[in-house]
Amino acid sequence: MTEQLLRRLGAEREKAKRQALRPANPQAANPVLPASSVSMRALTLVVAIMTFLACLTAGAVLLVNQTARTWQTQISREATIQIRPAEALDMEAALEQARALAETFPGVTNARIIDRAATARLLEPWLGSGLDIDTLPVPRLVVVTIDTAQPPDFEALGAAVLREVPNASFDSHRTWVDRLIAMARTTAFFGLAIFALMLAATVLTVVFATRGAMAGASHVIEVLHFIGAESRYIARLFRNRFFMIGLWGGFAGGALAVLMFLALHVWGRVNMAAPEADQAAALFGQFALGPTGYALSAVVVLAVAALTALTSQLTVVAYLEDLHEGQL
Amino acid sequence: MIRFENVGLRYGLGPEVLSDVSFHLPAKSFQFLTGPSGAGKTTLLRLLFMSLKPTRGVISLFGRERTAITRAELPMIRRKIGVVFQDFRLLDHLTTFENVALPLRVRGRDAASYTKDVRDLLEWVGLGDRMHVYPPVLSGGEKQRASIARALIEQPELLLADEPTGNVDPPLARRLLKLFIELNKLGTAVVIATHDLGLMEQVDARRMVIHDQRVEIYD
Repeated sequence: MTEQLLRRLGAEREKAKRQALRPANPQAANPVLPASSVSMRALTLVVAIMTFLACLTAGAVLLVNQTARTWQTQISREATIQIRPAEALDMEAALEQARALAETFPGVTNARIIDRAATARLLEPWLGSGLDIDTLPVPRLVVVTIDTAQPPDFEALGAAVLREVPNASFDSHRTWVDRLIAMARTTAFFGLAIFALMLAATVLTVVFATRGAMAGASHVIEVLHFIGAESRYIARLFRNRFFMIGLWGGFAGGALAVLMFLALHVWGRVNMAAPEADQAAALFGQFALGPTGYALSAVVVLAVAALTALTSQLTVVAYLEDLHEGQL
Repeated sequence: MIRFENVGLRYGLGPEVLSDVSFHLPAKSFQFLTGPSGAGKTTLLRLLFMSLKPTRGVISLFGRERTAITRAELPMIRRKIGVVFQDFRLLDHLTTFENVALPLRVRGRDAASYTKDVRDLLEWVGLGDRMHVYPPVLSGGEKQRASIARALIEQPELLLADEPTGNVDPPLARRLLKLFIELNKLGTAVVIATHDLGLMEQVDARRMVIHDQRVEIYD
């Protein structure tokens, strides 16, 4: 036992001697602020989680906007003339009249009558298969394809249809488009609100963490003051430390979010025919973020790192101002 | 260089710890600051290096009145003052070498420009073989010497030392005193706060004695 202890002590002494004889290497100098503590590692994790959620929110807003835009374009490309059945109405003649009328308007590239078979297929989910539409008073449709670059005068077209085709009405799909735009804007607004809340939470977390770090390093700050370190030097030490924390945490969170979007994209492609994938695709498209999405993730990561650095710098400066207040 | 006129200090609403303190600290002077434990030696030193604000009176440092010194100027003034703390205030995560070099590092000096100076000074204070160890493994005396070396490394205009020989044996205390005297000869004003009569008897220097919250000067 004693022999073991002596051996250990001898080894310790040798180690200290070796350390003492080690040549000075200024490049390998220890950082002035103590190395990362447990709270700093916890902060890195919090920043990673916040960035992950922020990137998910930003990505989801982007996908919903993209999908809404796609819907909007698809809907804006078409308008519909609907003709309701009535007694003594020659439906086929009325359809043909509506089609011919629509095609006379500039900005209409094509007008197409939805034939009986296609109308039956449209009603199949509600009325079942094998439907004879002649037995029911089913309205018929003329689909008008619009030149989106130079759309027709919808009001004039609608008025002409009402005036010249019996029992007809014109639907330019504006109501749907407006609703979609409103929905997309609402989603974007809520997404941005959540995003802002996350950034605010990140800022507050960093403020508390910086104050905690300063409390833990108050002896270092005190010594630095007494040896004549300028406030901006001390603030820079903290800012650099927190920038690295923000960058690492942000990078980890951002990378995880991008990986998650990639995984969802792959899942969507693999399960293309499955009902759940169809529903998800209807709302979010194909989960493909595209270059804009990846650039946005990178911007979020950098913004989080910059925000972390800036917050810590402002907190340190405020702390040092308080410190000076008691001395001058 | 430093002038106190009717300076008083109280903590909060308590009684004055120092009262009507007036003295002049000339450049290149050497003095002991003494008095019984709790008399206010450390408080007076803290006033001298501006870590405390007086509750009354006027303090002038290096030709500037203390109240006129701005926050931006404070670091520059402090760089003229070297402080040896009673509790050393070494940073445990830095080696002895790095602790001593810290004042030069925060001034943005290139490491290569000061490595030799720091090594030489550490050799001189007897810490040549403890250069790369961390303060927790240093003895009290070694920490004291590292703290002194840190205060001396930039050859300050004023050196304030709070019980600098409190943790060292008499031969080393004499050696450190000799170091302070040499530094003084090079032009640094020295204030050594101590209640070690033996130390004071070794040098014929001015004595500032704190008694009943006041400072009496014996030239």
